[in-house]
Amino acid sequence: MAENITTDEIALKPKDFSSSQDVRWCPGCGDYSILAQIQRVSPEIGVKKENYVWISGIGCSSRFPYYMDTYGMHGIHGRAAAIATGVKIQNPELSVWVATGDGDALSIGGNHFIHACRRNIGIKIILFNNRIYGLTKGQYSPTSEKGKITKSSPYGSIDYPFNPTALAIGSDATFVARSIDRDPKHLKEMISRAGSHAGTAFIEVYQNCNIFNDGAFSPLTDKNTKADNVLVLENNKPMVFGKENDKGVILDGFTPRVVDLTDSKYSLDDLWVHNEHDIHASRAHILSQFPEFEGLPTPIGIFRHIDKPTYEHDLHQQLKDVIAKEGEGNLKDLLFSGNTWEVN
Amino acid sequence: MKKGIQELSEVTVRFAGDSGDGMQLTGTQFSNTSALAGNDVSTLPDYPAEIRAPIGTTYGVSGFQLHFSDSDIHTPGDSPDILIAMNPASLKVNLKSLKPGATIIVNVNSFDEKNFKLAHYESNPLEDETLRGFHVVEVPLSKLTAEALKDSGLKPKEVARSKNFFALGLMYWLYSRPIEPTINWIETKFKKNQQIVDANKAALEAGYYFGDNTTLFSTRYKVKPAKLPKGTYRSIEGNEVLALGLVAASIKTGLPLFLGSYPITPASTILHELSRHKKYGVKTFQAEDEIAAVTATIGAAFAGALAVTTTSGPGLALKSEAIGLGVMTELPMIIVNVQRGGPSTGLPTKTEQSDLLQAMYGRSGESPVVIISANTPADCFDVSLEAARIATKYMVPVLYMTDGYIANGSEPWRIPAPDQIPDMKVEFRTDPENYQPYSRNENLSRPWAIPGTPGLEHRLGGLEKENITGDVNYDPENHEYMVRLRAEKVKNVENDIPGLKVEGDPDADILVVGWGGTYGAITDAIYSLIEKGKKVAHAHFRYLNPFPKNTEEVLKKYKYILCPELNLGQLSFLIKSRYLIDVDSYTKIQGQPFKSSELEDKIEAVLGGMNNG
Repeated sequence: MAENITTDEIALKPKDFSSSQDVRWCPGCGDYSILAQIQRVSPEIGVKKENYVWISGIGCSSRFPYYMDTYGMHGIHGRAAAIATGVKIQNPELSVWVATGDGDALSIGGNHFIHACRRNIGIKIILFNNRIYGLTKGQYSPTSEKGKITKSSPYGSIDYPFNPTALAIGSDATFVARSIDRDPKHLKEMISRAGSHAGTAFIEVYQNCNIFNDGAFSPLTDKNTKADNVLVLENNKPMVFGKENDKGVILDGFTPRVVDLTDSKYSLDDLWVHNEHDIHASRAHILSQFPEFEGLPTPIGIFRHIDKPTYEHDLHQQLKDVIAKEGEGNLKDLLFSGNTWEVN
Repeated sequence: MKKGIQELSEVTVRFAGDSGDGMQLTGTQFSNTSALAGNDVSTLPDYPAEIRAPIGTTYGVSGFQLHFSDSDIHTPGDSPDILIAMNPASLKVNLKSLKPGATIIVNVNSFDEKNFKLAHYESNPLEDETLRGFHVVEVPLSKLTAEALKDSGLKPKEVARSKNFFALGLMYWLYSRPIEPTINWIETKFKKNQQIVDANKAALEAGYYFGDNTTLFSTRYKVKPAKLPKGTYRSIEGNEVLALGLVAASIKTGLPLFLGSYPITPASTILHELSRHKKYGVKTFQAEDEIAAVTATIGAAFAGALAVTTTSGPGLALKSEAIGLGVMTELPMIIVNVQRGGPSTGLPTKTEQSDLLQAMYGRSGESPVVIISANTPADCFDVSLEAARIATKYMVPVLYMTDGYIANGSEPWRIPAPDQIPDMKVEFRTDPENYQPYSRNENLSRPWAIPGTPGLEHRLGGLEKENITGDVNYDPENHEYMVRLRAEKVKNVENDIPGLKVEGDPDADILVVGWGGTYGAITDAIYSLIEKGKKVAHAHFRYLNPFPKNTEEVLKKYKYILCPELNLGQLSFLIKSRYLIDVDSYTKIQGQPFKSSELEDKIEAVLGGMNNG
């Protein structure tokens, strides 16, 4: 891809991507981990420092661009994907990233989010999902679970939540992944993979807000429980999880089920083998909905990764095609076209 | 039968029919042909918001008025001399605007009981007293068209669609116009369907020869070419030439043009026009909504485009938060607002000037932008260039105001020589030495450094910035300093724009001030009064923010300031609050432009009052 420039390598380090601004997230916030992994990945994916652009909206996560020593814009609430779209259209050579939150991307910015995915515009959207409004001090968000008690829902929220990964798949995003702030190694790998994807790349990062929603993801991060609750997706591999790798997932028609691998009834050969490049989105969609069903593990990893021409490619290709056919425009032809007449 | 030709100096024609009758097309063709024949032309398309309103109803009537003349004209004419009414409803809607004694050509085949009922006529207006005093010509347009196309192989419904070409042909004959330009147009427009080409040509010719052979008309008319300034001309609509101006600005600034837009009447044709100009490198982005359109525009400006978004009133309201971001990030961008009747959805296809205060104040915080407006359709070319010049020189959003009347109206445009258009080359900052994102030059504008430039990495955003460094800063003194600085930057533009010019009689006691699309009607009224020996003057604001530097000096020379506007007095409000002088606000809010006669009457009444007082 144009943005992956391998010539003129300068050995950049993570600290080269750290701006002079003090990071002002709450101590213990999951955002620190995401920032660290992105700064770690940034020198590694073959993009020149000056070609990175970080765009955000409003919210805790949206302070992100201030902490990256790259080009950036802290935009207005919900509009980061649209601002990023303008940047990418204007200059497809740039590696354009969006830092956003569950409120920013899915509430006020829901429209821009789905349309970015649908267009396959070459931007990377990192959604920091803490399932709460943090910067406005603790109201339920569009990803908060039903019944959640918050400042604005003292008797429990009656909203059904969005599942961001399912929404991205449903909107035809060409790269869809999920990771967790407390799993830096996995997170780094997802960011790296998103970084080299040409179309819209979406990563939902489960991120702990230790002030307003502490422990929202602890079943997925606690040492004692995570192995039994998290399914790490790997391409072409059967879906196995559990402390002793003792559980597997089979797809029975359209119904996913967890099976015990220890009672010799099922073997690895019976399990659902993950194919992230599956052209049909239906299996990825079934996977994305696991967290909504009791007894199924929460998948992390790449749900979907397909190639499709990007919006900016097609847009610039149209310009090239017209110029190849009609020649480059000049001002005289522009002004003097159509029916003209002389007055003497 | 050889008929006499009578020479006229000017004519106002109105074509009217159902919204599916092709009246806009007919009117446009007649205008273009008249312009090609050398007349000065001004047009007023007037159509409903519904695409195909129920047939035969008064609210489904679509009209197209044009004024053509052998001298310089400024308006589409107050009252038509001739109306072509395709059905009773179009007669009913337009009758009251006609000149006394005007000619009315009716398609008599549509005058039946069903259509009388739909138009709320209790009896046949051709037979009762309704049309007394008018010269009525009953033409069986539908039947004659069907007769002319009987061998075309088209179905009756399709044949009926060609009747507007029959009417056009007849009008070409009546006003001694050539039919060739329209024949050429038909051949290009319908080239994929030879049957339709043949049918429309046949209807056009049949209409033309019908004029020659019928006894209904005893005279033909002719309007000689106008004595326009020397040059090459083309007939052009406001939105079209606005778009061409933006492309020219892109070439002259050296910046690729980006348009982020969401379709909205009456601004959409700018998007249509620009999306055709790919060979000029124009990138058009049809966004998912108005907000995405403007924020993508901000993104494109950040990345180094000549960035433009286009909309109309309700869309401007949706963009207001983002324009505030443009003010805070000090990025150059152009926001075109083609005004229409409001509030809310209002009158989508009708004109109004009611967004001036929205443009001025419609954002959170102290959020000044430059506001500039176009006076006539052809004027849009120059204003596009000027908007681009100011936006890029001062690193500021420019709100560019036109209205539905200017956007859809057409007139002959004297094409400027490409090398006469001033160069506005923009240089990005590339030198990392001592680079500070919010440092200032002599215009108080900050450097434009675009992503991809090594060593100039910086962050913009909506949070308050520290001057020079551009770092986020919540310090009270810094905020006040920055608010004042942004205001001063916009105010400084007054040093870089022409002063307010007075037309008419400089020794007058009364000065008529206006802005935007009322230019033509005010100009006509002023010159008509001067011809009558009255002392009147006119000043028209192109720059609404900041006002030209000499504004106060000019206004204070006159005893009486009259300000006609298509709103409830928004420019009056701005002038009064800024200069503390009295302004007589004369307003009209009907979705229609001023007639020059209305303004003339008003000015005369004021003059009468002044003399008596």
